[in-house]
Amino acid sequence: MSARVLVGVKRVIDYAVKIRVKPDKTGVVTDGVKHSMNPFCEIAIEEAVRLKEKKLIKEVIAVSCGPQQSQETIRTALAMGADRGIHVDVSGKDYENLGPLQVSKILAALAKKEDVRLIILGKQAIDDDCNQTGQMTAALLDWPQGTFASQVDFQEDSLKVEREIDGGLETIKIKMPAVVTADLRLNEPRYATLPNIMKAKKKKIDTVKPSDLGVDLSSQLEVLSVEEPSQRQAGVKVETVEDLIKKLRDSGRI
Amino acid sequence: EVLPTTKKASVCQCLRLVKGLRKKCLPPILHVSRLNSSTSSSPVPRITTHYTVYPRDKDPRWEGISMERFADEADVIIVGAGPAGLSAAIHLKQLASEQGKELRVCVVEKASQIGAHTLSGACLEPKSLQELFPDWKERGAPLHTPVTEDKFGILTEKYRIPVPLLPGLPMRNHGNYIVRLGHLVRWLGEQAEQLGVELYPGYAASEVLFHEDGSVKGIATNDVGIAKDGSPKEVFERGMELHAKITIFSEGCHGHLAKQLYKKFNLREKCEPQTYAIGLKELWIVDEKKWKPGKIEHTVGWPLDRHSYGGSFVYHLNEGEPLVAIGFVVGLDYQNPYLSPFREFQRWKHHPAIAPTLEGGHRIAYGARALNEGGFQSIPRLTFPGGLLIGCSPGFMNVPKIKGTHTAIKSGMLAAETIFQKITDENFHSETAGVHLPEYEENLQNSWIWKELYAVRNIRPSCHTALGVYGGMIYTGIFYWIFRGKEPWTLKHKGLDAHQLKPAKDCTPIEYPKPDGKISFDLLSSVALSGTNHEHDQPAHLTLMDDSVPVNKNLSIYDGPEQRFCPAGVYEFVPVETGDGQKLQINAQNCVHCKTCDIKDPSQNINWVVPEGGGGPAYNGM
Repeated sequence: MSARVLVGVKRVIDYAVKIRVKPDKTGVVTDGVKHSMNPFCEIAIEEAVRLKEKKLIKEVIAVSCGPQQSQETIRTALAMGADRGIHVDVSGKDYENLGPLQVSKILAALAKKEDVRLIILGKQAIDDDCNQTGQMTAALLDWPQGTFASQVDFQEDSLKVEREIDGGLETIKIKMPAVVTADLRLNEPRYATLPNIMKAKKKKIDTVKPSDLGVDLSSQLEVLSVEEPSQRQAGVKVETVEDLIKKLRDSGRI
Repeated sequence: EVLPTTKKASVCQCLRLVKGLRKKCLPPILHVSRLNSSTSSSPVPRITTHYTVYPRDKDPRWEGISMERFADEADVIIVGAGPAGLSAAIHLKQLASEQGKELRVCVVEKASQIGAHTLSGACLEPKSLQELFPDWKERGAPLHTPVTEDKFGILTEKYRIPVPLLPGLPMRNHGNYIVRLGHLVRWLGEQAEQLGVELYPGYAASEVLFHEDGSVKGIATNDVGIAKDGSPKEVFERGMELHAKITIFSEGCHGHLAKQLYKKFNLREKCEPQTYAIGLKELWIVDEKKWKPGKIEHTVGWPLDRHSYGGSFVYHLNEGEPLVAIGFVVGLDYQNPYLSPFREFQRWKHHPAIAPTLEGGHRIAYGARALNEGGFQSIPRLTFPGGLLIGCSPGFMNVPKIKGTHTAIKSGMLAAETIFQKITDENFHSETAGVHLPEYEENLQNSWIWKELYAVRNIRPSCHTALGVYGGMIYTGIFYWIFRGKEPWTLKHKGLDAHQLKPAKDCTPIEYPKPDGKISFDLLSSVALSGTNHEHDQPAHLTLMDDSVPVNKNLSIYDGPEQRFCPAGVYEFVPVETGDGQKLQINAQNCVHCKTCDIKDPSQNINWVVPEGGGGPAYNGM
């Protein structure tokens, strides 16, 4: 199989870190805060590398859109087994406005440029929880999509995808080229071990600008403010049912 | 005596074999009956599963698993990317580039990013940074806050007694900078990378490797993919071996590999045992009206009694927002097992001299770390075949100044100079496979580090009299200020911190106030602010040599001091599932790598080993 797979990896604030809202309410403090690869993107890379190990596909390309530090995330993907990386350099105001629509335009352009047969993404990112990029990318390319995948079976020209849906598990068959988004149970990602990190330093990372791909990054969305959720009020305990009804009446609830 | 000799011999042999098997290979069953359990006959729940206590070569679950490791060679390997380790790496590369030589320098660091495990006050004396980078300002080193005001006071329960800081006293900070050490370390890391140092954050050195002649060959990084019960997972992979001509160990205060090296090379035979303190720190965004950038305040006294060494700091940073670093230090030679350093810290914040600064502000970070208090008397031998120790690991902290960063940086530079000279000398032939560099120790003893530590050597031990901390202050005033440490005697420390605890029955429990949620807080929400986390499915890295000791000894004699001295809530005594009694629950995921438990456990039963690399706190500029 001579297929190429494109995997998107996003650099996000580490899930264990307590985030803090910036005093000017424009966003969350990111400077110096621990970042790591989005956990669902780790699962996506693992799936692509496994396909390569089974010799079902030829090459795994890891892509990340963001500032210089996104290259660290690509290096981790390379250490996990990706063959080469593409860093789409987006910084400053453009990076603040970077959302699923912009990223999916970039991925679609790259998929065409690199002659890719399969795109694997994480189902969503843990910082914005959008769950839109995979679906939008498929729509822009007019490719079928297998989202929330918990199992992917590679067949000659198509994929059998088992999806996690509200009602249980749904299995669909989609023709390639296609977009798949990884859900939690798809696999357990391997560690990026030190010898592989050292080898990854020799693998290639190309840097491109969105304008090189002909992509327009303008956004129709504007963030007005970012705030912390309101403080939880202490509860009140009452002794009897009558007290409860009285309290509810007094506060105008009933 | 009734049995014929041959039968008795074979029975004895059988018993020996069985005992030997049980000791070496504990199968993964939950209960191990102890024949000689002193307090109860109920089974001891299995707590420790780490392979350093239960070796894998005797464990049937590991049969057939390949234990081969990938190996690589460098000229110098450095364990720990803190101020000392990074300064050594940087200086090695500076020397190499000056003299047109090639050197491969690799640094391994357990934190996921450089600076994430760094925690310090900190008030930096810039002299060694100036030596390392005379152009540090142009390079953008994050020293933004020169000290403008320096105050010292003794707190009583309600009042504050100011103490004048006369010129010449070690506590004066004129010319120094308040820094966020984590950011300075991050900056040092960037400088190191630019110079070509190979930095590997997220990879912990978990094992020292030895040549056949006993000299140090290098280190191996941690294995990954071991399940919580000690068995191999599908993603199991061995760590990597890094070999070098010489390995620098800069793990910081009470490093776990250093602990092994002290034993192996008997490095502590001529020095006193190290004595420590725990430092807890918080970062606060305060009301702008209360913010005085460049102001430093130290206190001693309340809430500690005169016999418990400790004190506090309040540093006003000047980096754009009204940020204040506050912290509390408690000497780990305290005697009352009911003392909780965390809760002393929380209640100190309510003092009328401290609380006003914090009112109207909010807390944004929390963390804790052990620090050295032993000074001159506790410096071990620093070199051994194949390696040497730098920084807070052997311990060059100037205790009355509460500064150790400037000496750590200098020790790293001295190590680099000594190593560079030796390994680039074509005529040098090492007797041992790993290079032995006693010249490093000589150079250090001829440097200002030695003179500085010698001069203040008697201040900390002078706190051990009946006058406690105030005796120390009087001693400092007389002997240090007047005689500058030239007195001919050297006072001794009290011995191991772990042995200073009195039994719980001889002590009174301390009534701590409940946290108010505005100025003082509970332990778990504080730990959450440290950003600490570990892969949960791995053996607990807080290993117990004997699983029965926490309940049988620590709890019964000392009322379980580990549940109080751990600043992260790792140790909890919980009721057993069936029947009476308690068991120790280890919440390894909370650990902030402060090392206090390894230091203060009265039974010295806890052995902190490094968890999978990348785990631990996520400090940002602490």
